[in-house]
Amino acid sequence: MLSETASLVFYTIAFVTIASAVMTVSLKNIFHSALFLILCLFSVAGIFILCEAEFLAGVQVLIYVGGIAMLMIFAVMLTRQLTSFNVKQLNEQKALGSLVAFCFLLIALGAASKTLSVKGGFPLAENPHISGNTTHMLGNLLLTDYVLPFELVSVLLVAALIGAVVLAKKDEE
Amino acid sequence: MELEKLFAFFGDLLAQIGLTGVALTVVVNVLVAAMLLGVLAVMALFLVWWERKVSAHIQDRLGPMRVGWHGSLQTLADGVKLLQKEDITPTNADRPVFFWAPVIVYSSCFMAYVTIPWGKGLIPADLNIGILYIIAITTFTVISLLMAGWGSNNKWALLGGMRSAAQIISYEVPLTLSILGVVMLAGSLSMQTIVAGQQEIWNWYIWRQPLGFLIYIIAATAEVNRTPFDLPEAEQELVAGFNVEYSGMKFAMFFLAEFLNMFTVSAIATTLFLGGWNGPILPSWMWFIGKTLAVVFVLMWIRWTYPRLRVDHLMEFAWKWLLPLAFLNLVLTGIGYELWQRIFG
Repeated sequence: MLSETASLVFYTIAFVTIASAVMTVSLKNIFHSALFLILCLFSVAGIFILCEAEFLAGVQVLIYVGGIAMLMIFAVMLTRQLTSFNVKQLNEQKALGSLVAFCFLLIALGAASKTLSVKGGFPLAENPHISGNTTHMLGNLLLTDYVLPFELVSVLLVAALIGAVVLAKKDEE
Repeated sequence: MELEKLFAFFGDLLAQIGLTGVALTVVVNVLVAAMLLGVLAVMALFLVWWERKVSAHIQDRLGPMRVGWHGSLQTLADGVKLLQKEDITPTNADRPVFFWAPVIVYSSCFMAYVTIPWGKGLIPADLNIGILYIIAITTFTVISLLMAGWGSNNKWALLGGMRSAAQIISYEVPLTLSILGVVMLAGSLSMQTIVAGQQEIWNWYIWRQPLGFLIYIIAATAEVNRTPFDLPEAEQELVAGFNVEYSGMKFAMFFLAEFLNMFTVSAIATTLFLGGWNGPILPSWMWFIGKTLAVVFVLMWIRWTYPRLRVDHLMEFAWKWLLPLAFLNLVLTGIGYELWQRIFG
């Protein structure tokens, strides 16, 4: 189990994560929301580090903070109308949105309970099934056991990329 | 003289006082951070002065000459001046965002130094994701530039912030891919392991990754917003870009962070491609600083030689030239590595 210092760090990070997540969805100024989203994603990286999944933490910051959140801010800046204070926070799809959020919560809980029952559990360094450098293990697994999902995701991303180009092209003409 | 022994001596000293466990870790880390902050502050002051001297000599001028030997204390005098300036926040600024932008830009560029090896045994923490950590943490620079642009509530600042975001996101991709070539050869993301693979000059990764090095230098120049990629702060169009509304120490923080970022990308180039702190006779930290300053000099040389690119050229260059070249480099590295293993391995 976690040591005293580690649990202190964990609860601090967890508090920051949840507080910033709440701020993200409750603030009126969408630019501030985006900044709190970045803080939230960054704290999640902190939790990954606490689980000794350094590679995942690095990728989390690189992809989510450096890529996705950045693009969101960029989009916010380009659409001036979105940043005015009169914009409604909720649209007409409240019911559907809640349903999706609830389903996602169930999935997350299911995944979490499954993870807890894994032999050894957390932190990963004390798990006898996982030893040494997690980056090497991730690389090996992605190109052996999980090669099909990995390739499928790549194809999906390429399709999204091409789709974006096509949409941008149409706009131009 | 190797500084490693000095640090070991201090470590023993701390242990003798009776510090153990968490307390020792905290004290050591705070001391290391304070030391780094001091070294980097002096380095930033030096770089500002050096840039002014280099630019002056390239343009057949003398540059600062009056304060100290050849103007060497000029930056210090400027710093004192900036400290005395009034700290102005525009009336319509987004205050918290305006305030936090310079803080984030400075801390993110300082945090990158956690995994940079200054010499034999001189690395604050040898994380096993070393280089990935640096790339990840420096993305906060862009966020702070966007925050500065947005928080100022000024159209030039906003334009500068948006330009920098577009530019840095675009150049981040070839930058990361060019680093991957070295990571493949070294078989590790750890900075110490990468340095350890380049003991002798013919082992330097630049010889096996010439294309990667070239792509890295170009993309890094764009990452730190220097001419020919200085569109985010193009003086003639945007006054000063994202930092136009900042005054006093807040401006100084942006300014120093910019110079430190230049030092960071040069330090990464040294570590990944130029053998890091490896070198004969002189102590390792001198080799590291010497090589890094040589790369910094090349960046300065580029800045004062080439004109600025146009926005559309900038994007085209990143996506249509650098990115395919970076992928080509990756494929060639893979094939080359495999062939090498088959024939000699």
